Amino acid sequence: MERNPMRRQLASMRKSLFDQGYLDEQFMELEQLLDDANPNFVEEVVTLYYRDSARLILNLDRALERRPLDFSKLDGLMHQFKGSSSSIGAKKVKAESTLFREYCKSGNAEGCMRTFQQLKKEYATLRKKLETYFQLARQIGPMESANRPK
Amino acid sequence: MKNSIGGKGSMSTASSITTWKAGDVVSVPDQFPAGLRVLVVDDDPTCLIILEKMLRNCSYDVTKCNRAETALLKLRENRNGFDIVISDVHMPDMDGFKLLEHIGLEMDLPVIMMSADDGKDVVMKGVTHGACDYLIKPVRIEALKNIWQHVVRKRKNEWKDLEQSGSVEEGDRQPKQSEDADYSSSVNEGNWKSSKKRKDDEDETDDRDDTSTLKKPRVVWSVELHQQFVAAVNQLGIDKAVPKKILELMNVPGLTRENVASHLQKYRLYLRRLSGVSPHSCNPNNSFMNPQDETFGPLSSVHGFDLQTLTATGQLPAQCLATLQAAVLGRSTAKSSIPMPLVNQRNIFSFENPKLRFGEGQQQHVNNNNKQVNLLHGIPTTMESKQLTSLRHTSQSIGNLNMQVAPHGAQSRQNNSSLIEMGQPLSRVQILNDSTVPLSVGQPIVPNGIAANVSTRNGIPENIRAPGYNLVSQTSSILNFPMNHASELPVDTFSLRSTLGMSDHTSKGAFHEDFNSEIKGSGGFLPSYDVFNDYQYKSQNWELQNAGMILDDSQHSNSLQGNLDLTQSVLVQQGFPSGQINGQNRSVPIVSKAMFSAGDSTEPGNLLNVNHHLNTIRADNTVRVKSESVADGNPSNLFTDHFGQEDLMIALLKQQQGIAPVENEFDFDGYSLDNIPV
Repeated sequence: MERNPMRRQLASMRKSLFDQGYLDEQFMELEQLLDDANPNFVEEVVTLYYRDSARLILNLDRALERRPLDFSKLDGLMHQFKGSSSSIGAKKVKAESTLFREYCKSGNAEGCMRTFQQLKKEYATLRKKLETYFQLARQIGPMESANRPK
Repeated sequence: MKNSIGGKGSMSTASSITTWKAGDVVSVPDQFPAGLRVLVVDDDPTCLIILEKMLRNCSYDVTKCNRAETALLKLRENRNGFDIVISDVHMPDMDGFKLLEHIGLEMDLPVIMMSADDGKDVVMKGVTHGACDYLIKPVRIEALKNIWQHVVRKRKNEWKDLEQSGSVEEGDRQPKQSEDADYSSSVNEGNWKSSKKRKDDEDETDDRDDTSTLKKPRVVWSVELHQQFVAAVNQLGIDKAVPKKILELMNVPGLTRENVASHLQKYRLYLRRLSGVSPHSCNPNNSFMNPQDETFGPLSSVHGFDLQTLTATGQLPAQCLATLQAAVLGRSTAKSSIPMPLVNQRNIFSFENPKLRFGEGQQQHVNNNNKQVNLLHGIPTTMESKQLTSLRHTSQSIGNLNMQVAPHGAQSRQNNSSLIEMGQPLSRVQILNDSTVPLSVGQPIVPNGIAANVSTRNGIPENIRAPGYNLVSQTSSILNFPMNHASELPVDTFSLRSTLGMSDHTSKGAFHEDFNSEIKGSGGFLPSYDVFNDYQYKSQNWELQNAGMILDDSQHSNSLQGNLDLTQSVLVQQGFPSGQINGQNRSVPIVSKAMFSAGDSTEPGNLLNVNHHLNTIRADNTVRVKSESVADGNPSNLFTDHFGQEDLMIALLKQQQGIAPVENEFDFDGYSLDNIPV
């Protein structure tokens, strides 16, 4: 019973993540993969994502410090990053990645750097939100975590 | 991960499903497509884990890899262990398309490409490289649910092909069932397929003697088959070669147009890689100075000769010529390598002698254009029984050679000798064509002389002596060629050569040396000749070819590094067969591996050299031999040679693809030595 308010809270949290454009349908795809044997699948994937993408962010940071900028390398790195981000449904992050790649293709150094800063912000924001979300979900209990859209 | 089932228990049937794998009788057909064995390759761990989960949820049997090399390894280790492969396009260690090509050539599994990139170009690339589907990331589970259709489709086509050719029992077929979009019958298909597969496998194995160990319904392109294919293609003209006509020309029961079509596609890719130009049939009518010559510079004259002459004389099957030419073209890019072939040739000669000293002797002459004549003279001597016998012996050691080939110079001669013994079919030589050069010079003559020599391979030194000798004189000009080149040959080639022709030679370091000694200053042509003869003579050559093929793969990697041309790899491959000759069909791959790794780790160039050498040697020998040997009546041998060429080509092709197949390159089932008709 006590879980009800928590569940409600969780549900609303989830909804807002979608409404505000932080997550897209792909996240729902992941949620559909949850089952009894893998009740925390989504959280596991997201954790893995943040761990792996941290490396990419680092590489991108480094690459952006070089002068002159190696756009093709940057594009390559961002392509990877975009792939990961899109697979967990990180909508805003993905949008920033796409923009970044556009700037790379046109050789716009300033655009790249600016976009990258924005991307990092979105990336951090989403991370925090998801952490909170999963924390709550765990509190509620594995089988009763956020709605799983059918 | 294969059978780790989610809590759903839906996967529990997976294990039973596995029974419908190729060659197995399906016990739970209604489970299909559950249990479909999927290999998923992606360097992104997040995507990988998601895909894995999704596929598991589809009741598939999933194996995941985060590296293309690992994936290839798994596939090679367990050729029938997977039904379909899903691979990312952008991977750090290997381009996804390269992997796709490899898989297509080696295992012929359906491959689905995926990428976050949805640009038309990338998707088109997937299509041209033979991907059966292209998924855009992020991938949804719905997209994965139906991937089994690709497996079914492919199998159906194969069966259908067989059926059409009439080689498959009609009874088992319920042809269009599975083709319907209505997959409700997929269950039956699973069952039907498995039993069908067996029959198909059997049919196919019957058609190709080497596939007996394979229980796949896929067509195995054995050396003979490929040779027939190339002959047909050349006959039609590569630009005009359409699967239907090729099929008709080949006239192989059980072969379908689809088989030919897909093989043609691969072949075209291969040729493109070799030459960088659109491949056109190598017609024997080309003058001596064929285009190849240009690329090779000094060798050019020689090269053209060899192939052309032989072909012209009818001794050299068009295919061989084509192959050689292709090889030559491919090699043209590697000028430096050219010298090697020459050298190799010499080495071949050296094969003749137990030590293949020939090469050494040749070396001296090689550098000496004026010594053309000498070469000729020298050849007969060497070619005589000595060479043959030595070649024979060497073939035994080829297995060893293979190992050695990899290290440059370090390779013991043995390898060479064994290679030679193999009597690599001319086909191999063809590739080398470039290198062989000198020998063929005496076009008209050559055939005669060659024939004589060729036949000797089989152990009839006498033949070689007389005829070869004559030829030699004519080819003197050609002979010169090698000489010149010999000097140019890089050190690496030395190692190669030595391995090739010098069975007895302990790696002398400089192949040339061996040659010279072996050849006794005959200019090396002859020696190569002899070697060649041996090659041809021995079905083992075939193995060599196979080995070469394998080596090619390894070479390929080498070539990547050292821009080794195909020929080089071919040579290496040739070395392999020797291993096989020893009765270890599979040794070749191993050897190649060794060679390969050696080459890789040490000097790719060396390996290449070897290959190159081998190729050249073979090419020369084959070319010549063919013309000659044909007379001898060892057409089968020649044929084998061809096969070897094909194998080489295939291996080369693989290499071209840039895959560094250290592993069993020999995965070419069709080209495995097993098939070598001895």
